[in-house]
Amino acid sequence: MAEINFKLIKNPLSKENPITVQVLGICSALAVTAKLEPAVVMSISVMVVIIMANLIISLFRKTIPSRIRIIVQLVVVSLLVILVDQVLKAFVYDVSKQLSVFVGLIITNCIVMGRLEAFAMSNKPFDSMLDGLGNGLGYAIILVIVGFVRELFGSGTLWDYPVIPQSFYDMGYQNNSLMIMPPMALILVGLIIWIQRSRNKDLCED
Amino acid sequence: MQEILNIFVKSIFVDNMIFAFFLGMCSYLAVSKTVKTSIGLGLAVIFVLLITVPVNYLIDNFLLKEGALAWISPKLAEIDLSYLSFIIFIAVIAAMVQLVEMFVEKTSPVLYAQLGIFLPLIAVNCAILGASLFMQEREYANMGEVTAFALGSGIGWFLAIVGIAAIREKLRYSQIPAPLKGLGITFIITGLMAIAFMSFLGIKL
Repeated sequence: MAEINFKLIKNPLSKENPITVQVLGICSALAVTAKLEPAVVMSISVMVVIIMANLIISLFRKTIPSRIRIIVQLVVVSLLVILVDQVLKAFVYDVSKQLSVFVGLIITNCIVMGRLEAFAMSNKPFDSMLDGLGNGLGYAIILVIVGFVRELFGSGTLWDYPVIPQSFYDMGYQNNSLMIMPPMALILVGLIIWIQRSRNKDLCED
Repeated sequence: MQEILNIFVKSIFVDNMIFAFFLGMCSYLAVSKTVKTSIGLGLAVIFVLLITVPVNYLIDNFLLKEGALAWISPKLAEIDLSYLSFIIFIAVIAAMVQLVEMFVEKTSPVLYAQLGIFLPLIAVNCAILGASLFMQEREYANMGEVTAFALGSGIGWFLAIVGIAAIREKLRYSQIPAPLKGLGITFIITGLMAIAFMSFLGIKL
């Protein structure tokens, strides 16, 4: 039992990573990663939503008629997202302004729907929670890596603290402002996929 | 009139759904293997955006916004239901997609055969919900502007998916390092296309 549960958390981190392998939830992943802080807040929000949604749907999985399951899932997810949105607005208003519409877009984030369909509809509540946690973490890892690189090279800061010393700038170092533009997020994810697949040949497409 | 045209052009090129906001990436990556299917999905997205965004605009302005209920009775003017907007918008989108599907099936079997398989996919396409949320956030002044925004976003999305599909068809014959094949190269090319679209930045009519 313990071994199986461990897999549920470990696999989504690498072999079954929701972003680079399952290709779910790209939409919100890229737009919020210009800085580290919103990326972390977004990851936590997605994690909370996906764990709770997996748990709730898994509890009701035997009573939900399969014809209307998508609507039921959408309603559960929207309710959770409304809660998360209100909490963010109450406690971290600045970040919630930066995330703008992307909090709402967690509803249509394919990660949540995908895991509900693929896992929670056919597994026990506790396993579903672990699956949600694993996939949330897998999502968070990519977001944090992309956010880290983009903020470090794009603005020379991390979590809004300057990390590149002033003497570098005096010598002529400049922030790469392309990094904070949207295209770099796409290219960075492309590079992460490249690195991951060259280390793990099984994932290559033919 | 000029303002409407401005919003239209801006939402196609500058605020492109895919290249500037990454909305609808999931179906963009999944359905862009051939030009023909991507045209079908692109048209369906334009179609659904044109219907759902104006409908959500009306709902937002006459039901949800702070003071929006004043038209029923002045007593209701203080009610602010905007926290309900996520769930209402997604419900409208899901219902609209269903209605559109039934309507198209009845009236135009040819169009249905082309769009049919893509319509259910669209209910969970982030570009649709995203457009409604942007509409709410940017506070467009009237129906004309909202419609122009919806049409422009749809066309922008259409252009992006048809463009990447055409490139991917050619990519099949090029030599790409094995780990980069498929998903990896698609991301990088989308990034390059986005850089190209950045040249439209600052366009104003």
